[in-house]
Amino acid sequence: MTHKTNNSNSGNIVNNQQLTVTPLFTAFNALLLRDLRVYFRYRGTWLNPLVFVLMVITLFTLGIGPDPSALSQYASGIIWVVALLGIMLSLDALFRADYDDGSLEQLLLSPQPIYLAVLAKVFAHWFITGLPIVLASPLFSLMLGIPKEVIPVLAFGLLLGTGILSFIGAIGASLTVSLRSGGLLIALLTLPLYVPAIIFGSQFVQSAIEGWPLMPTLSMLLGLLIGAIVLAPIAIIGGLRLSQDV
Amino acid sequence: MSSATSNILTQAHNSGSEASLELDSVSCERGERMLVNVLSLTLSGGQGIRIEGPNGSGKTTLLRVLAGLSQQYSGRVSWCGQDIRSARAALAADTLYIGHLAGVKALLSPLENLSWWLSLHISTAEPITVDKMLTALNRVGLKRFAHTPCHQLSAGQQRRIALARLYLSEHRLWILDEPFTAIDASGVTELEQCIAGHLAQGRMAIVTTHQAMNIAGFSSCSLHSSTPVIEADE
Amino acid sequence: MASWQWFHRLGSPKWLSGTIDRWLPWVLSLGTLLLLVSAVWGLAFTPPDYKQGNSFRIIYIHVPTAVVALAAYYVMAIAGAVSIIWRMKVADMVLRAIAPVGAALTFLALVTGAIWGKPTWGAYWIWQDARLTSMLLLFFLYLGIMALHDAYQNSASGNRAAAIMSLVGTVNIPIIYKSVDWWSSLHQPATLKFTEESTIATEMLQPLMLAIPGAYLFFIAAVMLQLRVQIARNEKNTQWMAERAAR
Repeated sequence: MTHKTNNSNSGNIVNNQQLTVTPLFTAFNALLLRDLRVYFRYRGTWLNPLVFVLMVITLFTLGIGPDPSALSQYASGIIWVVALLGIMLSLDALFRADYDDGSLEQLLLSPQPIYLAVLAKVFAHWFITGLPIVLASPLFSLMLGIPKEVIPVLAFGLLLGTGILSFIGAIGASLTVSLRSGGLLIALLTLPLYVPAIIFGSQFVQSAIEGWPLMPTLSMLLGLLIGAIVLAPIAIIGGLRLSQDV
Repeated sequence: MSSATSNILTQAHNSGSEASLELDSVSCERGERMLVNVLSLTLSGGQGIRIEGPNGSGKTTLLRVLAGLSQQYSGRVSWCGQDIRSARAALAADTLYIGHLAGVKALLSPLENLSWWLSLHISTAEPITVDKMLTALNRVGLKRFAHTPCHQLSAGQQRRIALARLYLSEHRLWILDEPFTAIDASGVTELEQCIAGHLAQGRMAIVTTHQAMNIAGFSSCSLHSSTPVIEADE
Repeated sequence: MASWQWFHRLGSPKWLSGTIDRWLPWVLSLGTLLLLVSAVWGLAFTPPDYKQGNSFRIIYIHVPTAVVALAAYYVMAIAGAVSIIWRMKVADMVLRAIAPVGAALTFLALVTGAIWGKPTWGAYWIWQDARLTSMLLLFFLYLGIMALHDAYQNSASGNRAAAIMSLVGTVNIPIIYKSVDWWSSLHQPATLKFTEESTIATEMLQPLMLAIPGAYLFFIAAVMLQLRVQIARNEKNTQWMAERAAR
């Protein structure tokens, strides 16, 4: 942080210094680390979504039947829908805690670009909800009879897909943060927006299983992710600001 | 705003006569009720204003509008001559707002909370060190608990963490909503001195409080009646 | 300048109310007339399709409602954009007015689509029809907007949330449609070639040419009716409203 004195001609200047804002990257880091620190101090935040996903996959297995060919037919669809549910159910908590304790106010009052803060928050949320799902995907493949060669494709697809789901879902979360019960409304708002991600994500894995070319679906997933990262924060900022109007 | 490479937002930080907050026919409506009705006032360096009124009269709403948190108002608010609707960043850089919520995360310690808040704001030329943060915590009587997770502290103590920011702040405008709640008599005196010192540097403060406040340089604005009444103190 | 004057006049609820009063009877009657004529013409006087027999006639209701349902969302999104950029109360009212009308139209399109589906595909619903599936998602998008309006006690906040959501939805509609379209083409069913508009005989097309504008007009009339309610609700404390009620 630099210190320079400046001369100026206006009025009664007592103490004229140049102030610096904390550099952007440091601010992003600070926001990210603080959110991660908060998340990790309570094991439930990252453990619960993961356990939920595991349980639902188990339920699907029990419901469909133990026949491995039947399971593997639906495997990619099941994994994607369950990942979607896991992320969606944890979206409510994304901004609510900050809204309730006043941190959100302080964030919105910061001279730092709020775009940055939103990126940090959503990324931190993805880190504890989406990333565990990606890391556990080999386990899901085993449970659902997905061939071993497909596992890397599944993991990579989930990496991109959970990112898309986190960013798009954050829009719904931001628009409902000041409401008392956001959960179901978030689902109603977000599910139509999730459809492209599910379609391409599931097809990505299915293509790998069937041996079809991967590039078409992969490029769609990448496009969706980039679009989500760049555009979603604009809507999210709008939603966060409106939560303060109440 | 900030340039891509150097990320330095420079502001000539002078406590001169340029800094001012102007309200021009500001009205706030909540549902059907007119909470603040056509309020006009100007606040310049060294001045403070105390907003009074019974509960629900719109004090908090007004303060949130002035801090730039709420956009539901009509009329014009200008900070240093610029409408805050368009020059939001300038207002944010210069304002410290402490509302009803402490803005403190229960799972973090006071020190961690302060350092997070600091990373959000303009820092002065001399970097804020841990020592400075501890000194600030000491001024609000929390030095012993600097590393305790906040969920182990009482609500009043968590509120004092927010007040500790005042001792680390170089902001020109302080907007404080009921800052004297949950602190004892010595804390009140301490805080009054802090605010007085802030005004003495040529900066500004807007405060709401139910209690008697003993600081020179404050005029009062009452939101009792439908048209706000502004009187200068002494 | 004259052009901006027009725009700002549009933002006045009083002017809008007056305009609605003047135009509603015309719009409503013309719209109803067109719909009736096209319905009778289509239902009774056009030759039956050689493949689908008489069941294709449902397109005289299905296609107009589907077209207007989609267009309505875009109009709603424009209102949302105007509301956010220029903070116009009227834009918020228009948004609130269109949402239920659009939802009803989408629902009608879905039902008529299903009615058409039964004799054509043998089932009331098949997922492979990209348009029908996209229409279902459009229905959910409308419901989401309406739910946002309802969830907020503070109507100004609800308006803003709905405006943001309408823009988000608009950006997504083409993406959703393209993805569903691609998904439905993955498994080419043998007999599912619907009567494409380009292969429709001219005699069958003509009533449609009346039905679609008729549907648009009807939609505008319905929105006007809703708008009257919104204006009345928002402006009930103003003087001009009281005078109007006294008349």
